[in-house]
Amino acid sequence: MPDTGVAVSRPPASGGKPLVRLSALKRYFDVSPPWLARVLERKPRAIVQAVAGIDIEIRKGETFSLVGESGCGKSTVARLVVGLYPPTDGAIEFDGNDMAARRGRVEMSAIRRRMQMIFQDPFASLNPRWRVFDIIAEPIRAFKLASSTTEVRQRVDDLLRQVKLTPADGSKYPHEFSGGQRQRISIARALASRPEFLVCDEPTSALDVSVQAQILNLMMELQREHGLTYLFISHNLAVVYHISTRVGVMYLGRLVEVADTDTLFRRPKHPYTRMLLDTIPDLDMTGRQRAPVAGEVPSPINPPSGCAFHPRCPFANDRCKRERPATIPIEGGLVACHAIEEGRLKAEDRGYGGH
Amino acid sequence: MALIDSFRRAADSDIWHSFRASPMTMAAAAVTLFIVLAAFLAPLIALQNPFDPANLNLSDAMRPPMFFGGEWSFPMGSDDQGRDLYSAILYGTRLSLEVGLAVVFFSMILGIGLGLVAGYVGGTLDAIIMRIADVQLTFPAILIALLIDGVVRGVISVKRHEEIAVFVIVASISLAFWVQYARTVRGSVMVERNKEYVQAARVIGLPRWLIMFRHVLPNVMGPVLVIATINLGLAIITEATLSFLGVGLPSTQPSLGTLIRIGNEYLNSGEWWITIFPGLTLAALVLAVNLLGDWLRDALNPKLR
Repeated sequence: MPDTGVAVSRPPASGGKPLVRLSALKRYFDVSPPWLARVLERKPRAIVQAVAGIDIEIRKGETFSLVGESGCGKSTVARLVVGLYPPTDGAIEFDGNDMAARRGRVEMSAIRRRMQMIFQDPFASLNPRWRVFDIIAEPIRAFKLASSTTEVRQRVDDLLRQVKLTPADGSKYPHEFSGGQRQRISIARALASRPEFLVCDEPTSALDVSVQAQILNLMMELQREHGLTYLFISHNLAVVYHISTRVGVMYLGRLVEVADTDTLFRRPKHPYTRMLLDTIPDLDMTGRQRAPVAGEVPSPINPPSGCAFHPRCPFANDRCKRERPATIPIEGGLVACHAIEEGRLKAEDRGYGGH
Repeated sequence: MALIDSFRRAADSDIWHSFRASPMTMAAAAVTLFIVLAAFLAPLIALQNPFDPANLNLSDAMRPPMFFGGEWSFPMGSDDQGRDLYSAILYGTRLSLEVGLAVVFFSMILGIGLGLVAGYVGGTLDAIIMRIADVQLTFPAILIALLIDGVVRGVISVKRHEEIAVFVIVASISLAFWVQYARTVRGSVMVERNKEYVQAARVIGLPRWLIMFRHVLPNVMGPVLVIATINLGLAIITEATLSFLGVGLPSTQPSLGTLIRIGNEYLNSGEWWITIFPGLTLAALVLAVNLLGDWLRDALNPKLR
């Protein structure tokens, strides 16, 4: 197996106890036409199974990444975890607390303080009418984390410096900043309540390539400094390789493979994972034939029978069309594939990460 | 410090530059300012208080304006009660402006409130509010005002009615005008509430009403201000129309519309000034306000910059 030439400083695999646990998590969206259209035009109800039952454990101090094509439900998972959507079924546990349990405002607020989110679009995630200072101070004020205005100011100035901006930037408005700078402001706001767990929903996908690395390095630096745990959502596999401890591959609302980053990139098992890895361009992969990602993600309103991937899978047989594969443990990870389970398909060794 | 800062920002803003670049807008602003100042300084610059019957002398009735055979004490002539038309126009304009501003204020509050709730909460509440708005839209403002005025007249005495006529007219025009604000605000809110800055506030766990007022409302106010400006002219015209029809303000406290109605009765017998002068004032005021509204709409529309 080739050694990595690029310095990768991703957080090490930790044997720590899970901080976040998602069990049998489901979220359906009702996208039915209006009642009148259903009655008059006999249109059926339509339910999108954005998240169709996933189990994830995120351990303290690690970066868990979710990857997959657009529409596979990874952003929905992010929004479920921070409570922007209520789950249709299943449970979210944060540090042993069931998020769905009824509790008082104060108690709820104490849990919310510990988890924050960084959003995808830095041009939409900051209120255009607010000064940067007020944007970053909002969580501090909302959670009453400072007793005086001078303390708020100190804290905000400190946060601005942590994300490599200056305290003077606090008096400006978001439109005076570039995309990368706005994402730093967004990170400062997320850190303002001193959280332990950050959900990052494609935080670099709206940025220039040159700025992406800066933001990622900043995020990793902050992770080391504050001992943060990340749930990282991305469709950019190069980025995921750079920062993740473990990676989960999602397809049509389900996890098809979970493994340590190196294992996933060097010994991919699920055919879908292989297909995704084949799409990463690199310079020295000569000769080997790549399978293009064929077809499109099927509609999550009407998912294929059996294994949802079978219409696009080169190894699919009759059983794949009929029966949904169970998740089986393999080489420290998890995979849901009949071909792997039956031994028809072997894990494939491949180089990744520079040579 | 903050005030100076905001003045400097205003002077440097796109809006100010677009204002300076449009002579028509500056002229409209000047006319509006002139009329508004004259109206609100009426007690200082009028020759008499036309609302006070003790000032009126019937022997002064129907004096022509000066330059048309009249005298200095009645520069724009007098009406059938011996009221100085110049003073009556000043006071009438003030009344028209007050009614217009009050209508804009109340319909804005009602419309923004309902629109915000409908757009942010959505669901059944949204459906109920918007169906009421749809029903409201099928009645013209004049019809609603006639209806309310008719009911009120049936319930209370004539003398009492004259006292509360202003409130009746403000209430009835406001009821007709809130729909536009509600629809606009609802549409903008439905766009804004899905933006990530609102989600960021929700992740913090802020209560709904705080998110609505602190985050969503300031970001939907642009189009609302445009409607408010354009509606000011419309409200003044509606009040004038109602007063002209005789269901608005009584002739004891005439607004511009009431003056035009009074003058209309004498138009064919040669006393043209009682209609023409209030009419010109009304036309100038509404035209100027509408031009300002049009300009504001274009200035705030990023696609037209």
